[in-house]
Amino acid sequence: MPVVLCSCAPEAAEMPARCRWAGAWRTFPRVRWVFLLALFAGAVASASAGQVNDTDSGATGGEGTGHHSRRAFPVLAVNYEYIRMPFEISLWILLASFMKLGFHLIPRLSGVVPESCLLIAVGLVVGGLIRLMGETPPVLSYNLFFLCLLPPIILDAGYFLPMRPFSENVGTILVFAVVGTLWNAFFMGATLFGVCQAVGGQLESVGLLACLLFGAIVSAVDPVAVLAVFEEIHINELLHILVFGESLLNDAVTVVLYHLFEEFGNVGIVTLADVFLGIICFLVVAMGGIMVGAVYGVLAAFTSRFTSHTRVIEPLFVFLYSYMAYLSAEVFHLSGIMALIACGVVMRPYVEANISHKSYTTIKYFLKMWSSVSETLIFIFLGVSTVAGPHAWNWPFVIATIFLCLISRVLGVIGLTFVINKFRIVKLSNKDQFIVAYGGLRGAIAFSLAFVLSAKHFPMKNMFLTAIITVIFFTVFVQGMTIRPLVELLAVKKKKETKHSINEEIHTQFLDHLLTGIEGVCGHYGHHHWKDKLNRFNKMYVKRWLIAGERSTEPQLISFYHKLELKQALMLAESGSTAKLPSIPSSASMQGESMRRSTRGRALPQISKVKEEEIRKILRANLQKTRQRLHSYNRHTLIADPFEDNWTEVRLRKKRVEMERRMSHYLTVPAKQQDCSPVRRVRFESDNQVYSSNLNPGSPMFHNDDPPVMEVARAPIARMDSVSLVDDSSRPQDSETARSSSGQTLAVSEFKDGDLRIPCCRSDPRPNLNEEADSTFLS
Amino acid sequence: MGAFHSNPAEQTYRDLAEKTGFSVEQIWILHNRFKQLSHDEEMLRRDDFKAIPDLACNPIRSQIIEAFFDQRNFQTNSDGTAHEIGFEEFLTVMSYFRPPSLNMTQEEKEDLRRAKLRFLFNMHDTDNDGTITLEEYRHVVEELLSRSGAIGQETAKGITDAAMLEVASTSVGHMGPDDVYEGITFEHFLKVCHPFPAVKGKLQLILTAFVHTLFPHYRPRLYIGYTGVHWA
Repeated sequence: MPVVLCSCAPEAAEMPARCRWAGAWRTFPRVRWVFLLALFAGAVASASAGQVNDTDSGATGGEGTGHHSRRAFPVLAVNYEYIRMPFEISLWILLASFMKLGFHLIPRLSGVVPESCLLIAVGLVVGGLIRLMGETPPVLSYNLFFLCLLPPIILDAGYFLPMRPFSENVGTILVFAVVGTLWNAFFMGATLFGVCQAVGGQLESVGLLACLLFGAIVSAVDPVAVLAVFEEIHINELLHILVFGESLLNDAVTVVLYHLFEEFGNVGIVTLADVFLGIICFLVVAMGGIMVGAVYGVLAAFTSRFTSHTRVIEPLFVFLYSYMAYLSAEVFHLSGIMALIACGVVMRPYVEANISHKSYTTIKYFLKMWSSVSETLIFIFLGVSTVAGPHAWNWPFVIATIFLCLISRVLGVIGLTFVINKFRIVKLSNKDQFIVAYGGLRGAIAFSLAFVLSAKHFPMKNMFLTAIITVIFFTVFVQGMTIRPLVELLAVKKKKETKHSINEEIHTQFLDHLLTGIEGVCGHYGHHHWKDKLNRFNKMYVKRWLIAGERSTEPQLISFYHKLELKQALMLAESGSTAKLPSIPSSASMQGESMRRSTRGRALPQISKVKEEEIRKILRANLQKTRQRLHSYNRHTLIADPFEDNWTEVRLRKKRVEMERRMSHYLTVPAKQQDCSPVRRVRFESDNQVYSSNLNPGSPMFHNDDPPVMEVARAPIARMDSVSLVDDSSRPQDSETARSSSGQTLAVSEFKDGDLRIPCCRSDPRPNLNEEADSTFLS
Repeated sequence: MGAFHSNPAEQTYRDLAEKTGFSVEQIWILHNRFKQLSHDEEMLRRDDFKAIPDLACNPIRSQIIEAFFDQRNFQTNSDGTAHEIGFEEFLTVMSYFRPPSLNMTQEEKEDLRRAKLRFLFNMHDTDNDGTITLEEYRHVVEELLSRSGAIGQETAKGITDAAMLEVASTSVGHMGPDDVYEGITFEHFLKVCHPFPAVKGKLQLILTAFVHTLFPHYRPRLYIGYTGVHWA
């Protein structure tokens, strides 16, 4: 079979190549990979080109068996037709993935050239190879693009849309998306018409409507291209959300204009009523799309409420509902992109409250994976289609298109910003305006829209296609490659890598309420007032319906705190089994490092060996006692599914207590103490029982005859009255006794004996002690 | 506009405008609101604030009201709390929320920002000792969660502890063996608050609404303003 032969041939060629360049082969491993990639590309090309030959041989093979009944039983038969379609699809996806791998193996390249450019180049190469084989390369068809390749990217963008910057800038984004796109479309269309008339010749037959349609197609900023380029330059959040939000929201405008001009192109005449209808249509398309998305989003959230027993299929609901929202919107020619975004945005807070942590991770990774593959495939196919498509090059038209794109974009942004800045608190500076204008990349959506134009009504279709491809290439290559050095040159603010900390959350919420209150005092119903109303409505009614269990009444600060704890708990669990001294992650990471560092070189109080042995015995005994219960909570089976919900809860509670403990020590006790206590804490922390002690070995109290009381409190949330010790460290005993009376203690009497110096062992950093406890505990 | 004001009042407004940075129109509107809240009296009391219906469901209502009566916010270098405030004090407190005007120098903008953060700090530091202790911070968190009943009570402590831990670690770094972290001073507060873009943006409130009310005799229009997220 041709495929087999084709794939054999390159391998056969490989052998002498290896022998010849054995030296280079070994010393430059990158060469090897690039070579293999190229070979693979060739294999893909030959596979998709080799189909035509298959059908013949398949047919003859079939006929052959029919005629000769006394043929020997075929031990090995090849039937390529059967698997052709999925096989080719898989090969393409594999090619895309290999390309992605390859680019990151060559470090300098990915720093200079954005991935999208490289992928288009690869597409060109592959398309060229296919052409060389004499076959017709596949084209980025409308159905393939809009139904399969685009939705994952948009869903990924919509689901992870940062709501705060988006909602704060939604006015600006809408103005850019709607007014900006309209301006671009009409300006380009009208000017191109003028150019066509002026140049004359071939272009004279291009009517005004055709030009306007072309303008509408080309003027829309493309979300795929913007994502691909902006993701790599790490620009600050405001600019990112402005350009990206605009690229998402202008879909409604593009859809309406496209259908409008296409209709008119058929009819040929435009009346005022049509214009009016067009405006109505725009509102219907936009609002309708959002409604459809919101409805599906609510449905998804509602469904996720009941999935607590079937965690495995939770991600499936998210994907299916979103996709159906997209398809339903497309049925009515509503804006599918806006439907998808609305669905993702609406369902996210509720779904995340309902689903398990692993489902969340699954959703995140699947979305990233699909969108990544989609994006790669889109760019590759763009390259292939360039080679494939019939081209009609027309110098004036193409040059005019490129110039007009740039000029109209710049004028539009400047003009709109001038108006918008009057309404914005944080004005857009010139630098910002430049980046917004320069970041208006065109992409595959424009190409696909042009591709489905009917050649009958638009005889200039090929010319349009060529011009669009040229514009796309120009924006992606020239603008995409130069935007990074320009960002550096202009010293545009980059994205700040701040971790979302608990302090920030507290302050943001506090300010929200403060500003709402001030608005109330002024008697002014502004942004905050409505946001506050929406939040209250959300809390009172919507959350009750859409979130399962007691989480529906959980305030946002607490759920944020839980998430933070969970993250830290997971990180501790992951790192705890490998590191002796687990780092205290995220918010206290700096502190953790300083703790780890200082653990090494600390002055140790000396205790006798005998005492140490006693301590170890007691500890071991207690740890072993709790181990049966802990068996299911062992670090290694912690990840087991059936316990996950219980585990999360328990883990959270323990984590909370652990943090409280750490806090109390940090605030009451000299800093050096907490070096050991978190270590110890982490060991014990997995217990159901919590060891608590708030001893201050550095203080004179330590040498009192009053023993440090080792309390084993059963209550998972211990009352930490010790935090009041921040001002007064001389009353540890009072709070202790208070606590011991209030909490449920287990075997406190055991430890009230005089010779126990538990804190001593806690402060003892000697590795063997830790190791022992470690090994007994973790075995 | 002259027809609606007698000259002495206008002079007062101009003085106030210079002092607080509002425009005369804005002061006029705010004065109207002041009179509305105080039922046409000269001074505003706490009860008048409590009577505002919009504030009723605000979890930090008491702190907001206290901020208006906190003499530290009157820019008169005095301490303590007042029982009632006049229009000038009201305006002074409101001036913390206006956005920086375009013709301010960088220094002035910095001063304004500092003043705003000081206002925020004063809201937290209720006992006026210059630091936000754990107790005070916990009070803040508890107020925020005050509508959540029992759940809020227990986790407020945990949240506060985690937050203080974080502030301590970012502002003080590695502490010596005998250090106890007493509380967040204003300098630490600045350092901690500095990288939060959302916090900075919000300090510049939407009083631009008043900018666009061209007709002073008309009551302030409903206007959804923009609060852009600001990186300075």
